[in-house]
Amino acid sequence: MGLTSQSTGLGTLRELYEVELENQDDIIVGLAGNPNTGKSTVFNSLTGLKQHTGNWPGKTVTNAQGRYEHRGRGYVLVDLPGTYSLLSSSVEEEVARDFICFGNAHLIVVVTDATSLQRNLNLVLQILEITDKVVVCVNLMDEAKRKKIRVDIKRLEEYLGVPVVGTSARKGIGLPELKYAVARMAAGEIVPRVKQIQYENSVEKAIDIVRTQIDKMGIGGLNSRWASLRLIEGDAVLMGAIYEHMEKHYGYQTVKIEIMEEEINKARLLLREEGLDPDGLRDSIVSSIIRTAEEIGNDTVYFGDREYRKLDYRIDRILTSRAFGIPIMIALLGLIFWITIEGANYPSQLLSNVLFRVEDGLTQLFMKWGAPRWLHGMLILGIYRTLAWVVSVMLPPMAIFFPLFTLLEDLGYLPRVAFNLDSFFKRACAHGKQALTMCMGFGCNAAGVIACRIIDSPRERLIAILTNNFVPCNGRFPILIALAAIFITGTRGAFKSVVSTLAVLVAVVLGVIITLVISRILSRTLLKGLPSSFTLELPPYRRPQVGKILIRSLLDRTLFVLGRAVSVAAPAGLFIWLMANLSVEDVSLLDHGARFLDPFGRLLGMDGYIILAFILGLPANEIVIPIIIMSYMASGAMIELDSLDALRELLAANGWTWLTAICTMLFSLNHFPCGTTLLTIRKETRSWKWTLLSFAISTLTGIIICFIVAQGVRLLGFV
Amino acid sequence: MAGKYVPLSSLKPGNVARVRELTMGGNLRRRMLDLGLIRGTRIEVINRSPFGDPVAYSFRGALIALRSEEASGIIVEI
Repeated sequence: MGLTSQSTGLGTLRELYEVELENQDDIIVGLAGNPNTGKSTVFNSLTGLKQHTGNWPGKTVTNAQGRYEHRGRGYVLVDLPGTYSLLSSSVEEEVARDFICFGNAHLIVVVTDATSLQRNLNLVLQILEITDKVVVCVNLMDEAKRKKIRVDIKRLEEYLGVPVVGTSARKGIGLPELKYAVARMAAGEIVPRVKQIQYENSVEKAIDIVRTQIDKMGIGGLNSRWASLRLIEGDAVLMGAIYEHMEKHYGYQTVKIEIMEEEINKARLLLREEGLDPDGLRDSIVSSIIRTAEEIGNDTVYFGDREYRKLDYRIDRILTSRAFGIPIMIALLGLIFWITIEGANYPSQLLSNVLFRVEDGLTQLFMKWGAPRWLHGMLILGIYRTLAWVVSVMLPPMAIFFPLFTLLEDLGYLPRVAFNLDSFFKRACAHGKQALTMCMGFGCNAAGVIACRIIDSPRERLIAILTNNFVPCNGRFPILIALAAIFITGTRGAFKSVVSTLAVLVAVVLGVIITLVISRILSRTLLKGLPSSFTLELPPYRRPQVGKILIRSLLDRTLFVLGRAVSVAAPAGLFIWLMANLSVEDVSLLDHGARFLDPFGRLLGMDGYIILAFILGLPANEIVIPIIIMSYMASGAMIELDSLDALRELLAANGWTWLTAICTMLFSLNHFPCGTTLLTIRKETRSWKWTLLSFAISTLTGIIICFIVAQGVRLLGFV
Repeated sequence: MAGKYVPLSSLKPGNVARVRELTMGGNLRRRMLDLGLIRGTRIEVINRSPFGDPVAYSFRGALIALRSEEASGIIVEI
């Protein structure tokens, strides 16, 4: 399947870490740390990049790179995946470990969380075993202060033997000091004095056996003590990587490796005699590290208020309780949709008024210049009108929806959603974190597919990737919202937005149910298997930073998605205008296509134009509705499309009923992923087979559901 | 009640125990160890999810949700 950790072997990883330097004097700095420590915030604050950060574990799945300058010198910062350890051989841990071991970084900055420092020290100590070119950043000092936790930075520095800097990256506090420490470390002005972790006697003896041999042979800059221990443990991937590294440096023949293997076997034999089997060795190693972390933590962290998490626990006991957990979750989602629908109404209309007034102005200009009709048609009726529609329909809801959703993310609520829903995912033989990837899918399915990397098991990751498309993305919300508002709510007034909210909510819940059903079917057929292990961290709730959320979600998400929609909508608008205006035998190409698809569309409760719109909307779902409108308008009288009422009239004039609306909504929820998502699936699975399958699964699901609904309703005589 | 060994999954919210041993092997054992679940670790059951599984446990300053499959492989002393 191309997703096992083995297949992402060192060769490919190396390529990942060919850190490109603008300037050969630049210093390469790796940024490591536990998930959820504000690592991305540190990265963004240092480099000025706007990488989105959220309060849930495993957000950094791709490796971002950024650059900053400090006292005339360039620093290239590489954001490594967040990990708790380097020993568990999940994909993220391998990526982080291989970069630290074999990459060309000059030093590593380890970001830790001041509010759970002891646990974070586990990773710090493991990295210090590999390299002593380390600067430790104790982040979230402001959160710690709020929780009455005090960290003795000086003392921690004495324990670790490398510079330690306290920061509150969200407020920019401590970052100059961090830069300064990095610069001094890189320049060799600081001599690290790292104390090695003491393992139990038999382990130390075993290390010595292998290390003596390694030191004789040379190991190309790796820490020989660390390498010895890894070789004795015998992780196949890492052993191969270490051998490859040695060969690269010294060009050893296999004979020499055999000499080493002899020593390794001697060491293992010694351990077995002392009663340590591989599992026992692992326990002993990890216990030594954790005990050391515990000891350091106990001596450097002071809790003014031991009960600081009690409030969190109390909140959790409500937000994830049997009685309220699910209702609160649905209510929150509903509230977000309601605010979005209600709040977007007015600005949407305002925008559309303005944009269509501009269209009139432009048309007059064209007339005045005596521009040919086809030019006016292509540029104004084709490109401009589609753009105007996409902007006025999409911008306001996005500008409301994204900040609200980011707020939930920032608070730390999303992991609780995964916690609430995990039981369903387990029954579907899928991974609980799939719920998190679905949450990302609400924003953009392509982002949701990328987020699936947080799932370790290849089988469950594939399930999550293949089903991500069943949650409606931002490009499809406008279809759902508009159609719900028009057809399901005939009424005007206060209840209108409530009813459309309910309709969208039902659609979303339906999407989740379909996801679960398809996941289960996949688990029973193509992707047979049992659920793998599941551990999910529920991070402390954090006070969200409203100002930053607004800016971040507006700039990063809203404008990004809108930009994509606009760049797709412009050529699509032109293409559709051409199709509507180029005729063969007096019938436009658009009509030809629609007529051809019409019987099929009717079977599914829609018509040929709608099906054609979905097909032409492959590049981006955002343009489906504009295409439908353009097709209808091209064949009928021109309507000033300045309100949902006008849209309703237009659709009704073209034979739409509430059943058409429902089937269109259903098909919008269940049809092939958009072009970007398909390409992302191809990239993530490295297989066209799975990409095609995701196309087929979602489309077939949509066809079956629409067919049943349409035929069922007709049979019962409701329409 | 000291000195009684039971699987973690049998505890109820509010209960406190210490890790005695892990019965699982391989990669899952590594994951549990990396979370800090070594012998002697104090662990408190915080709350169950709406459908009873998974359950959130607090240990080493973190709140971690485990499914019953994992929790039943962790023997604790109460």
